[in-house]
Amino acid sequence: MINDRLQNRRWIIAGIITVVVLIYIARLFSLQIIETRYKQGAESNAFLRKTIYPPRGLVYDRNNKLLVYNKPAYDVALIMREIHDLDTLAFCRALNLSKEYFIERIAEIKDRRKNLGYSSYTPQVFMSQLSIEDIANFQENLYKFRGFYIQNRTLREYTYPHGAHILGSIGEVSRRNIEADSYYRQGDYAGRDGIEYTYESSLRGVKGVEILLRDSKGRIQGNYRNGEMDEAPKAGTDLYLTIDIELQQLGEQLMNGKVGSAVAIDPSSGEILAMVSNPAFDPSLLVGRQRSVNYASLVKDPTKPLMNRATQAQYSPGSTFKPIQALVLQQMGGITERSLFPCNGPGSSPIKCSHHHGSPVGLLNAIEQSCNPYFWYGFRAAIEKEGYGEKNLLFKKHYQEWIDAMKSFGLGQKFADSDIFEQTSGNIPSQKFYNRYYGETGWRAMTIRSLSIGQGEVLVTPLQLANSMAAIANKGYYITPHLNANDTMQVRRHQTVVDSSYFPVVIEGMWRVFEYGTGRHYKIPDISMCGKTGTVENSRGKDHSLFVGFAPRENPTIAVAVVVENAGFGATWAAPIASLMMEKYLKGALERTELFERISTSTTNPDVKKR
Amino acid sequence: MSKNDNIQHTIDWTTVIYYLILVVMGWVSIYGASYEIDYEGSILSFDQRTGKQFVWIISALVLGGVILLLDYRIFNYFAYIIYGFVLLLLIVTIFVAPEIKGSRSWLVIGPVSFQPAELAKMATALALAKFMSRHNFVIKGWKDMVPLAIIVFIPFAFILLQKETGSALVFLAFLFMFYREGMNGIVLLLGSLAIVLFIVVIRFSIEIIGDNQGSWGIIAALGLIQLIQFLVSFKSQTHKKESLIIAGSTIAAGIIAVVVNNWIPVNYNYIAGAVVVLTALFWGITGLLRRYPSLSGVAAVALVSVVFIFASDIIFNKVLEPHHQIRIKVLLNMEDDLTGAGYNVNQSKIAIGSGGFTGKGFLNGTQTKLKYVPEQDTDFIFCTVGEEHGFIGSTLVLIIYWLLLMRLLTIAERQKEVFHRVYAYSVVSILFFHLMINVGMVLGIMPVIGIPLPFFSYGGSSLWGFTLLLFVLLRLDASRLERGR
Repeated sequence: MINDRLQNRRWIIAGIITVVVLIYIARLFSLQIIETRYKQGAESNAFLRKTIYPPRGLVYDRNNKLLVYNKPAYDVALIMREIHDLDTLAFCRALNLSKEYFIERIAEIKDRRKNLGYSSYTPQVFMSQLSIEDIANFQENLYKFRGFYIQNRTLREYTYPHGAHILGSIGEVSRRNIEADSYYRQGDYAGRDGIEYTYESSLRGVKGVEILLRDSKGRIQGNYRNGEMDEAPKAGTDLYLTIDIELQQLGEQLMNGKVGSAVAIDPSSGEILAMVSNPAFDPSLLVGRQRSVNYASLVKDPTKPLMNRATQAQYSPGSTFKPIQALVLQQMGGITERSLFPCNGPGSSPIKCSHHHGSPVGLLNAIEQSCNPYFWYGFRAAIEKEGYGEKNLLFKKHYQEWIDAMKSFGLGQKFADSDIFEQTSGNIPSQKFYNRYYGETGWRAMTIRSLSIGQGEVLVTPLQLANSMAAIANKGYYITPHLNANDTMQVRRHQTVVDSSYFPVVIEGMWRVFEYGTGRHYKIPDISMCGKTGTVENSRGKDHSLFVGFAPRENPTIAVAVVVENAGFGATWAAPIASLMMEKYLKGALERTELFERISTSTTNPDVKKR
Repeated sequence: MSKNDNIQHTIDWTTVIYYLILVVMGWVSIYGASYEIDYEGSILSFDQRTGKQFVWIISALVLGGVILLLDYRIFNYFAYIIYGFVLLLLIVTIFVAPEIKGSRSWLVIGPVSFQPAELAKMATALALAKFMSRHNFVIKGWKDMVPLAIIVFIPFAFILLQKETGSALVFLAFLFMFYREGMNGIVLLLGSLAIVLFIVVIRFSIEIIGDNQGSWGIIAALGLIQLIQFLVSFKSQTHKKESLIIAGSTIAAGIIAVVVNNWIPVNYNYIAGAVVVLTALFWGITGLLRRYPSLSGVAAVALVSVVFIFASDIIFNKVLEPHHQIRIKVLLNMEDDLTGAGYNVNQSKIAIGSGGFTGKGFLNGTQTKLKYVPEQDTDFIFCTVGEEHGFIGSTLVLIIYWLLLMRLLTIAERQKEVFHRVYAYSVVSILFFHLMINVGMVLGIMPVIGIPLPFFSYGGSSLWGFTLLLFVLLRLDASRLERGR
């Protein structure tokens, strides 16, 4: 069988192999012996591809005020192999360094464990991010220091010392960045957090390249083909934010000396007008040579200034939860506009009321007076409306209905389609959670009664709270809250499950809070406002002071949520801060300067560094 | 110890010697490529690639030794199991591998990372050998090819999913082995014809005739088809007259088109296409009626080619993205894109070209030292040989590869069992394909497809993979005297 006719085919295969090898040898002959152009190529024309960095996109606020721009900075680089006869003393004097630092730095560069890409033939960064003042003296004397170069860079500069959490910062790319995106090279900068991170790919632009010729000793001989093959860099795209920097500034001033957050949203568009988190810091601290020192001290600060409390901190909403609760309970049929429930003030059971007011209570009064028993009875009526059923399944079905309704207001989850960096999801506790905790049938309305008044396991972020106000202001829907004013992808409408007919009574109740209730001292004259205060018990000291609201009552243009941690009554701190921010946005200026002075100069937490 | 003695006497030492020469030369070249003048550590130091490669070489030799000690029957016995296991590994890799330079092909286990695709070549060769050595299996028609194609396609597709296009294309190499085992040679010829037509169409598609009335690329490709039709029909003896008339008419049609163009603008592409199609229809019908399969065959090829030619033009100019177009254009010398796609190849050509006749000497290459050549110790390792050892050195390396391949062909043909022969031809095909693509790429006559040079390139996975491939063959070959005992 082995002696088949196909055996001859081995010669054809051998022939193909031989022909290919011969062609390659001929090609080698032509490249290496006949053509001279490649030889010259190597001896006189080696290419040096020099990267030209594009200017990063600028950032403006909603009124076209410049927030972030670029300033030039300089790196000192060296090519180890080209350094000859260096006058170390003169060099150190020119850059104002100690000789010890110089020796240490050179050793660091040569250490392959620390500097993985080291080669004595390629440029290595010796010092980075120097200002023009630092570099001026050195530049004059550069000709004396063979092997040293100056590379141009740009750094971020900020017009206002505000909005650091929103803007974020840029920093040198990590090895992981480089592996993930082939655009980056070691030493490049990229957005680390905030909008610098979210919009990195449009802000960064496109790097250009200049092709230089150099001889075998590394000396630059000029541009290859007179720059014909160079590629010009493409500048980054400018970014227009939804933020009103003056409102942001006011918010940060009001929160001075306090811990917490204030968020303002334009309900009609979902545009975030201000997003304050305090303690805050000046964004320019995280730029340039001082970055690492400043960053380390911010990390160590026990009040956690780097954390964006507006999106990353979660709180029990307490009484500020009642407006949404009132909407959801109406939708579920637990209460109606006319329902009345008894209240015994502080003697009520199982949930006490913090106020003395008439009994029985209706919905309007319950919101205005923040009546706890009313919401407990309503909550129980809604989820127990068909009893418990077999294995509590009917009860659980209605509890799930409650969860879904809450989630339709954007609670208990991140805004997945938003451009906001680093959110936490908050918590609307799931059935699974209680099943695990109490067993499949071990929990009833009574077990989870704290949910009815926004305490217990329910957690929200200030951003979610402000957004839920936007949904009430819009009578039933919200637009994904976002930061980029020109990104239409962000404008997504989310309908809540609550019918629009249930809104007027809740809005009326919230209006009464400002007319007769806890907010009455902070009403802006001639603007009809809606709101709700909250005083939230928590495990770490004094109560949190909360406020939510929107204004004007007709066609609202601003929805606000304010949280001041461990400060006391909602009406004392959060309400005036929110009211002042609404005044600033609606009227353009503050008339209540005395109130502003009092709030902005008082401190609720002595650990917070005043700014 | 009698078995070991046996192995020592029956193993093909010539192959082992070629293997060792290539591995050592590769190691020396890696040292040249990654060498830095002011590096003070030892050549075997672990932070240098030479040090790591040394470990890979030693472990590969141990691996080879172990394979020689195994019973030769287990490769046949476990062929499908090995194949299945490797397929499983390939699937797992797609999901668990981290993304490195855009592909997901590396399994990372602690400090060691490994590319299962390198194992897939051997596993597929074993599976094919096992299938084709079934009793009474012969490649007669396309139906016999279907199971073989499936065996090759599964690992091919998985590797493609890992985004390792280069390693996937290596599976085309099995065509050579199929040819030896009886696949119709026409498949190879038609494949070559398709590549030639594509190149002609693209290469000259920028040469526009008149006011966008056709492209020389299409005209030339159609002319080539017409010429093939003429030659085949003229050779058939019985239809000499008709073929001459058609040849005359073709030329006449061309002249008429040019003349008519003076008054009415014509599209030369369509006229040439129509002429070829009409000719093909004539020969096709004639061939069918008078039972001349060669005539109808060539007519069918011509018709398919016409579609292929116009499709190539449309696909290249309308469907391909600009950066793909540029890669192809650079390869066809249509564009000197020295900053983008052409950069690697140009630097590689400069490095090789600067080597001259005798080279710059060991460790004296400036192009590779200055890191102008990318991937200089893996896919572009041949550059270092070219620069430092010149024409003499690089030709020597090519000759050693040629000697190795010829030796393997001899070994293949002396096998008495189909399983052994099929496996041997698979090894020859894979090694040849790697050599052809890799060296061709470095010399700028093949597209830039990132596959390693066997035994030469830096990297444990590929060295282990090729060692395994080769030593399994040596073990099978060494069994030729064990039979019948």
